[in-house]
Amino acid sequence: MVKTVVIKPKVDINKVNTHILPVDFEYYEPRTLRELVELLDKLGPSAKILAGGTDLLVQIKQRAVEPKYVVNIKKVRELDFIEDRGDYLAIGAVTRLRAIEKNSLIAEKFTALHEAVRAMAGVQIRNMATIGGNLCNASPAADTAPPLMVFDAELKIVGPGYEKVIPITQFFKGPKKTVLKYNEVLAEIRIPYPKPPTGSAFIKIARTAMDLAKVNVAVALRVDEDDYIRWIRVTLGSVAPTPVRARSVEEELIDKRFSEEIVRKASRLVVNDISPITDIRSTAEYRREVSKVIVRDALLIAYKRVRGV
Amino acid sequence: MERRIRFRLNGEWVEVTVKPNELLLNVLREKFGLTGPKYACGIGECGACTVLVDGEPVLACLTLAVDVDGRDVVTIEGLARDGELHPLQKAFLEHGAIQCGYCIPGFIMVAKRLLEENPYPSEEEIREYIRGNICRCTGYVNIVKAIKAAAESLRAGSSSHT
Repeated sequence: MVKTVVIKPKVDINKVNTHILPVDFEYYEPRTLRELVELLDKLGPSAKILAGGTDLLVQIKQRAVEPKYVVNIKKVRELDFIEDRGDYLAIGAVTRLRAIEKNSLIAEKFTALHEAVRAMAGVQIRNMATIGGNLCNASPAADTAPPLMVFDAELKIVGPGYEKVIPITQFFKGPKKTVLKYNEVLAEIRIPYPKPPTGSAFIKIARTAMDLAKVNVAVALRVDEDDYIRWIRVTLGSVAPTPVRARSVEEELIDKRFSEEIVRKASRLVVNDISPITDIRSTAEYRREVSKVIVRDALLIAYKRVRGV
Repeated sequence: MERRIRFRLNGEWVEVTVKPNELLLNVLREKFGLTGPKYACGIGECGACTVLVDGEPVLACLTLAVDVDGRDVVTIEGLARDGELHPLQKAFLEHGAIQCGYCIPGFIMVAKRLLEENPYPSEEEIREYIRGNICRCTGYVNIVKAIKAAAESLRAGSSSHT
């Protein structure tokens, strides 16, 4: 039996005036992290943090959010950096995607993250949007999340009078939901350098080069001199309420000898780890099928990078 | 809660009073009469509102005017010098890259930054760089040709423009 799927977007963009911001708000520009956190604590949950603006201002135009206070985080200069700290690389939360894309250390050591950022929107948006914004907006399709998850990234969160570091796997709670409280800020992302020789890759399937992902995948793996897989991570976006690890695929491949055949077989198991839905971008069926293919392709590319071919 | 902001606009310092929810695009068009940057999609899909802020192409329809306080803003109106068009503008005219013209200021602002970063762009690199700009008339072929030609004339130093 053929079932007809009627997809109704929540907001019909053609019936929304996107010319102006139809909401009056009070605007703040704190200069330090401390000032920022104190301000958020004082203003309470009706404040919204403005970073690149490419998500928040669109949401305000659509009246999906109507903040009383808008706190611009971009003037907090101490959150704008890419820093090599020996064991790990630290990226400040308001670092622009374009700066990440242009960083040669990231391109070399965290290739999947480099590729993910390059795949995002156009150059104008990458000049505006921040990595912290991409994570805190918590879209299931966020392109920077899967690569950060495969590299076991940690997030430094700062609240009034305290700071903590959590694994990124604990950060997302659902679509548009994170563990952050109203008075907490994502301050930096820490990515441990993987042991060499590690290869990684990112693949995104989208309707156009500008669009959000129908499905995206990041993988990273390390093989020993006899081609046995000694470490592996596979993470997908846009196929579950949050970015997800494909543990079935990882478990199937760990300590196995790398071959196209076993990768092809293992990639099919990804359907056990994902729970895609049908929405305006794609169908659940398509997402399931194409996930198998891009997991396989990404693993083959990552392996070639380990071997330097 | 209005604010007085001061920024460099096409090379000259200007001052204006804005509300925090005013967008840079509307301030440029309505308060300064600079109608080069265009409103089209309003949500960051089309690139028609592209201007340079501190030299980098950004979307004026998703930028708060208060956010450019103290910064440098350049629109398409700021490219010509002493009545002479910028090499990109000339190349767009010469190659028939303009049909209705609505998207063109956005394309030229993006292309300007591309040619500063990469004076020898391949066709693929050009197409990659302009993917955030939508044109519904030309099919992009002549736009790409024009950018290539402008790259050549800028390299040849046939003009004092940078």
